Amino acid sequence: MQQKHFWRFVIGLALMTMATALGQSEADPPVSDTLAVADTAAISVPAPLPVTNLIARDKPNDRGYGISLSWDLSPDDTGGTQSVLGYRIMRSTTPDGPWDSINVAGSGDALYDHIGPRHEGDSGYFPDHTDMYYRVDVLTADPGVAVSSGVVGPVQSRGQWFNTARTVVFLFMIAFCGLVIWFVTHARRGKDLYVRPLAGIEAVDEAVGRATEMGKPILYLCGLGDAAEVPTIASFTILGRVAKRVAEYQTQIIVPCRDPIVMTVAQEVVKTAYSDAGRPDSYNPDSVFFLTIEQFAYVAGVNGIMLRDKPATNVYMGKFYAESLIFAETGTMAGSIQIAGTDEIPQIPFFFVACDYTLIGEELYAASAYLSREPVLLGSLKAQDYAKAAIIVFAILGFLATNVSALGGPEWLAGFVDLFQVRE
Amino acid sequence: MRRSTLIGGSLVVVFFLAAWLIKGAGASGESPYYSAFLITLAAFLTLAVFSFLYADNPVYKFAEHLFVGVSAAYWMVLGFWQTLVPNLIPRISRALSEQLELEYIDELWNVLYVIPVVLGILLLLRLSRKLGWLSRYAVAFIVGTTAGLNFIAYTRSNFMAQISSTFLPLVGDWTSWAAFVDNLSLSATGPLALLMANIVVVLGVVCGLIYFFFSREHSGTFGMASRLGIWILMITFGASFGYTVMGRISLLVGRMTFLLRDWLGIIAS
Repeated sequence: MQQKHFWRFVIGLALMTMATALGQSEADPPVSDTLAVADTAAISVPAPLPVTNLIARDKPNDRGYGISLSWDLSPDDTGGTQSVLGYRIMRSTTPDGPWDSINVAGSGDALYDHIGPRHEGDSGYFPDHTDMYYRVDVLTADPGVAVSSGVVGPVQSRGQWFNTARTVVFLFMIAFCGLVIWFVTHARRGKDLYVRPLAGIEAVDEAVGRATEMGKPILYLCGLGDAAEVPTIASFTILGRVAKRVAEYQTQIIVPCRDPIVMTVAQEVVKTAYSDAGRPDSYNPDSVFFLTIEQFAYVAGVNGIMLRDKPATNVYMGKFYAESLIFAETGTMAGSIQIAGTDEIPQIPFFFVACDYTLIGEELYAASAYLSREPVLLGSLKAQDYAKAAIIVFAILGFLATNVSALGGPEWLAGFVDLFQVRE
Repeated sequence: MRRSTLIGGSLVVVFFLAAWLIKGAGASGESPYYSAFLITLAAFLTLAVFSFLYADNPVYKFAEHLFVGVSAAYWMVLGFWQTLVPNLIPRISRALSEQLELEYIDELWNVLYVIPVVLGILLLLRLSRKLGWLSRYAVAFIVGTTAGLNFIAYTRSNFMAQISSTFLPLVGDWTSWAAFVDNLSLSATGPLALLMANIVVVLGVVCGLIYFFFSREHSGTFGMASRLGIWILMITFGASFGYTVMGRISLLVGRMTFLLRDWLGIIAS
């Protein structure tokens, strides 16, 4: 059944792509001959020759409201009388005008993308699927001397369903999703997927035990990120594990949150962990609470908690910014064991210098898989490793191709290098 | 309240009043005492936060609670009046728009805007014991859509851009070995520095990625590459640490400038 839906989707996608391609070819306007109309009033500089081969077409790979213009430069731009100052782009809804001046391209420019706003009522708005006509005026130092090209059109703008410039990205995404599904399926069938031990995570159980012995709480911070950010999601998984241990050892956890949605999810996670540990009645809804959304006010509040409640262990997992060192330093002053993990590269050094254990970048994501041993997380972790292997292989191949190509190698090497360029 | 806290608090209030009056007497402008009050309050709150460097104390507690409370209320009001009201009301209700003195625009009306309203209400149901579970749908929608949208962005920025950033030429302008050797210098922008930098970039990316392999044991050649990767990461973190500390010092300079120039007037503007 699932496979049938998949093929329906693929066929639908292919039909849409074909329809878009056909529609686009219909919209391509004919190349018009140019028509020079010289304004002969008050000539103090010689009238330049007009641009030729003006082409207007729907801007490809966009969401609509864009027309691409190209032309051959006036012979008087770089050569001849060299009197060209720029090119004024003119647009109209009829071939006879009235004309609106859109913008001015500099001398030497032979391309211009006219991208309009999307909302009716905004200045310069033009709707999709509407006939437009364009011409390009050659400007000189004398405002009275402007030479117009012929009018091209009609041309219509429209959005495309598929951005062909991102085909390689699409293929990589399909390949990556395939890998994830493959490894998740294997993990679900019971295949043991190895994850190397991570010192920071091994220390979590020890830290919870220490808190129990000392009779002090554990402070857990999910960071300053939104609930949908990857490190915050990883943080929720680790929170689940920590909360389960806390419930088993009958100690206390404090989770101050900066984001209301993060708080909602964290409450659910902690509640579920208490239920999983067989102690749903021990769950205290007030242990996970909202502090404030303002960054440094949140820091001030958390610092106060650290100094007054003196938690035995502080766990910082998620997205952290400038407050990372303030947290870690205050935690050190309070005498807590500290375990941190973030993918914010500028903050990792601060955690390194002030915390007992630090998870670097992606170790945070691996930690959530390592702790939970859930097939979905283990499978995606394994798929990520394969993606990293692909990056290494393509990076080395591209590096070699770039250098061989620079030394006069075959042309297809340059094509290979070009495949990986990120385009809009 | 302890006696020492009471005496300390009273002294702070007395100092504040004295500082305010002295500042106000020396200030000029339309309302000198009002502006002097604001500057003195900001200076006292700055000093209250700095007092944390000595130890936790009632003055810091006061500043902390004031900051947390004011910011929570401020962001709630800001979110309501600057996000919810202008983006939602003119799109769904003429009567409400007129009530709130907003311009109602017919073209903007869109039934899809009811969806975020419903999701927002579902989130607020968290306050109800019986219907709190409904908030999970709103959270699932937010997390799912954002993760899906980010997937494309991350594939481009973390995958494609990472690969293409390592496509570096070993030599910027290659003509021949003789020309390369002739132009060899120790200049930071010279060909030798470029050559070394590009090799380090490629090697660093490869070894750094190897360190982040989790499904394989780091031993043998693989382990050596991984160790090189962590060395490169640590050197990067060290450089980043020094750079960021410099930025933090500039923040301290900003606060000190406020205290010494705007409040005390010791340094010239």
